[in-house]
Amino acid sequence: MNNNSLEYQQKTLLQSLRWQDWLYAIIVFAGSIFAYTKYAQYMDIYETVFLFGAAALASYLGWQWKGLGKLVLAVGIISLFSISLYQGDQARATQAFLLKFLISSQSAIMWMNVLFVLAMAVYWFALYKRSDFSGKFASALTWGAVLFGFVGLMVRWYESYLIAPDVGHIPISNLYEVFILFCLITALLYLHYEQKLNTRQLGGFVLLVINAAVGFILWYTFDRQAHNIQPLVPALQSYWMKIHVPANFVGYGAFSLAAMVAAAYLLASKGVLTSRLPGLDVLDDLMYKSIAVGFAFFTIATILGAMWAAEAWGGYWSWDPKETWALIVWLNYAAWLHLRMVKGLRGPLLAWWALIGLLVTTFAFLGVNMFLSGLHSYGTL
Amino acid sequence: MRFAVSLLSVLGVASVIGTVLKQNEQYENYIIKFGQFWFGLFEKLGLYDVYHSGWFLLILLFLVVSTSLCIYRNTPSMLKEWRTFKEHATEKSLNAFSHQETYSTQAAPDELKQKLTQFLAAKGFQFKFRAQEDGSELIAAKAGTHQRWGYIFTHVAMVVILFGGLLDGNLPFKIQEMLGYKRIETLDIPESQVPPESRLSILNPSFRANMTLPEGVSDNVAFVRVRDGYLVQELPFRIALKDFRIEHYATGQPKSFESDLVIMDPDLKEPITKTISVNHPLTYKGIAIYQSDFQDGGTKLNFKVWNLFTPNTETQSLDGAIFQNGVLGTGDDALKVEFNDFRKFNIINMSPDGKGKPHNVGPNVTYKLRDNRGQAKEYVNYMQPMQIDGKHYFLSGMRETVQDEFRYLRIPVDSDLSLNGFMNFRATLLDASKYQEIAQRIALNSLDVKKEPAVKKQFEASIVQLLSIFAKSGYSGVAQIIEKSVPEKEREAVARTYIRMINVAAFEAYNISLAANNKPLLASNADTEALLRDSLNAFSDIFFFGTPYYLQLEQFDHKEASGLQLTKSPGQKWVYLGSVLLVLGIFSMMYIRERRIWLSIRPNRQQVHFAMASNRKNLDFEKEFNLYREQLRSLIG
Repeated sequence: MNNNSLEYQQKTLLQSLRWQDWLYAIIVFAGSIFAYTKYAQYMDIYETVFLFGAAALASYLGWQWKGLGKLVLAVGIISLFSISLYQGDQARATQAFLLKFLISSQSAIMWMNVLFVLAMAVYWFALYKRSDFSGKFASALTWGAVLFGFVGLMVRWYESYLIAPDVGHIPISNLYEVFILFCLITALLYLHYEQKLNTRQLGGFVLLVINAAVGFILWYTFDRQAHNIQPLVPALQSYWMKIHVPANFVGYGAFSLAAMVAAAYLLASKGVLTSRLPGLDVLDDLMYKSIAVGFAFFTIATILGAMWAAEAWGGYWSWDPKETWALIVWLNYAAWLHLRMVKGLRGPLLAWWALIGLLVTTFAFLGVNMFLSGLHSYGTL
Repeated sequence: MRFAVSLLSVLGVASVIGTVLKQNEQYENYIIKFGQFWFGLFEKLGLYDVYHSGWFLLILLFLVVSTSLCIYRNTPSMLKEWRTFKEHATEKSLNAFSHQETYSTQAAPDELKQKLTQFLAAKGFQFKFRAQEDGSELIAAKAGTHQRWGYIFTHVAMVVILFGGLLDGNLPFKIQEMLGYKRIETLDIPESQVPPESRLSILNPSFRANMTLPEGVSDNVAFVRVRDGYLVQELPFRIALKDFRIEHYATGQPKSFESDLVIMDPDLKEPITKTISVNHPLTYKGIAIYQSDFQDGGTKLNFKVWNLFTPNTETQSLDGAIFQNGVLGTGDDALKVEFNDFRKFNIINMSPDGKGKPHNVGPNVTYKLRDNRGQAKEYVNYMQPMQIDGKHYFLSGMRETVQDEFRYLRIPVDSDLSLNGFMNFRATLLDASKYQEIAQRIALNSLDVKKEPAVKKQFEASIVQLLSIFAKSGYSGVAQIIEKSVPEKEREAVARTYIRMINVAAFEAYNISLAANNKPLLASNADTEALLRDSLNAFSDIFFFGTPYYLQLEQFDHKEASGLQLTKSPGQKWVYLGSVLLVLGIFSMMYIRERRIWLSIRPNRQQVHFAMASNRKNLDFEKEFNLYREQLRSLIG
């Protein structure tokens, strides 16, 4: 009987950990303690909590999803290596060979762009050829892009302090930086589901939206020199930015992912690529899951934003265009979830809705900055 | 619920209006934008402050009521679902399930029961037994029914958040306004003269008001902007501003805005002294004080006033201060000078393609010149010369209405980077007595004309005439003359000749003015050409400057004022409570999965019947069912 019970007994997370997992967590925490000893002078109590909170989160996520653990380690090692090459001199970004061509913040971000473009091409090739090997290669390219993107951001963070200590800040403060963040988060969310639901065929679709963002980054870099690090305006000098912005971009990323899955769903339901794409039930499930994640994080982000606003602008809600559009996005997906969960609705209607929802989300993210004025005006084009 | 969802949709649409139509602007701007008719209609609809309009508040109120009703109606059934094991399910209904399996077994019922309950417990299910009439026993199990709380939490959260929001809204004022107890003040009168019906007492539970404190000044009232007027909010204490500071990054962008405040209150033994900055407010007696903006606090100014149309370089001195008025001229032509704003730092991107870095171009002052009919023109003058395309100019902008862009008079600097060179040149050009001398000098240098006295005389006369036209109305005057007296075919050639003549004359005029001031003369080179071109353009533009007075800012004594925002929001804690409930609710609704299992042990048929259900069917549920079905098969079999 004991044998029987062991068969169905589910292990808890802690029981399933191997020594490698513990080693991983120890390294992550050692890393954050190292960062703390180096940069404690720039951090307030909240930021200290965030640092160790991030370490705990990275450990937990790394335990749940081994691929992410490896990414965290690789980002840490390469970033530290890159930073060591700077030797405290920003000019070395264009002098030292490895920095100039590979892992200075600008180069790493460019590599991210290149790899995302390649990954998309290979994903579509794999879909066309039904090639499993090519699909795996595309996944690897996407992982590579994410790795370079995060290294680019980490090194950019360091670079901002090289300009002047009072200029230094986390690189999620303007449109250029958050577009990179958007690419990375969307890609990670996709990779997670790709592994979990075995939906490699969707890569080409999801990378469409990521590469749209890559196109924007390139235009923004070459036409507007937006990659230059700018100091923070007073309103942004707050620990809230470190949680509000990433939470928001998990939301935006997940909604974009859902929209791309919805596009695949609509094609498949019309008989286009049906034999190559995953089943409609899988697509539907993925669409739901990613909207659910997005909605949860978007809610949290909006609440964090309100709390920040209460501290910076004198009120938790000012009907600023960005706030109002966040509310509209929220209402939109709330209605979507309502229809699906309460009314049990399924099918093309929800897919269309998720796809069109991306337009609303994009307007909230970009359009508000381009066409409307308001308190969120630091992201203008 | 359908009603609530349609209300939410209306709310969404209404919100869009508020983002497209810029809210709370000056009413004059709306009139200009929409015209009188639409302005009136939009005003009636409350579109200039959508989020505080009666109908918007009404929607919110309806939403609270309808959501509350929804909660009231559905909570009992939700709680029932949460509690129940559904142990009364009949065999017939279980057989109708889409997810079920029947196993045959020889095992004893007690042994089976023990195995199955262990299985359920391991999977995190709670269960309940029920003996059936036919001797079989039903194990009814549930997991994840806390999901039902998600529904309750999210909906309660909405009510709590809206309730908090309404507390902080202006509903109390709206009601008092409707009943006629309160009205907004629309006149710009001293605060002490604002009547009681436009004042809010210190007992007002919630407000969002602004106050502007110049350095060294204290006050105990703030202003609440409402539509095209305001209300005076009295404060239970007095705030003084000791100092306001702006710090800048090395690049010139602002780094921090800080105000040193002193709170004075009879309840305090000693005044509170605290520095507030953006993101770091001060809260006292439930009122949060924020650094919101800054403006001039009455900077003292000293100008050198040039009269652009007199043929001399006499100036007068003018003293003034921001927010105060001065007078220029006398009699009917007298102009009132209203000093509106002074900025010590102006970070502007001057590069022509917009790609360069913005930098500080120094102080500027904004003022209006109002004639005795009340017509005003607005000017903005920069104290220091600005570099444009590698050359330096003094800039003074003029516009007739706030909708217009400033049009700039660009005065080139002289070799000392000062205005004097241009002003001397201008005086010379305006001085008719100098024209003959200029004409003679030109004639002397001209090989064609200097030999023949008659030609020379005629030539000189034409130059004098050209100069007097140019001195009266600039290039546009010359253009008019050409248009009037020259046939169309020859106009271009004549114009070119005239412009060349004017340039040559300008060279002589400039040198005459330099000589008069004992300055080194201009050489003939490209720099001189550019200087003359710019000087002539500037001269020609003074006829469009709208006034003879050029105010050159000489000195200033900077005094700043800090813009504070004061809020009291009793609804905030409710909104935060609601937010916590909302997050809890959303997570439990989406990530707790309600599942139910029925295991019926039927000894008389040597069977175990397994049925499973979830209120949400999805892939996870399918997977779980398939897993359990196989695990149960090996457990029972």
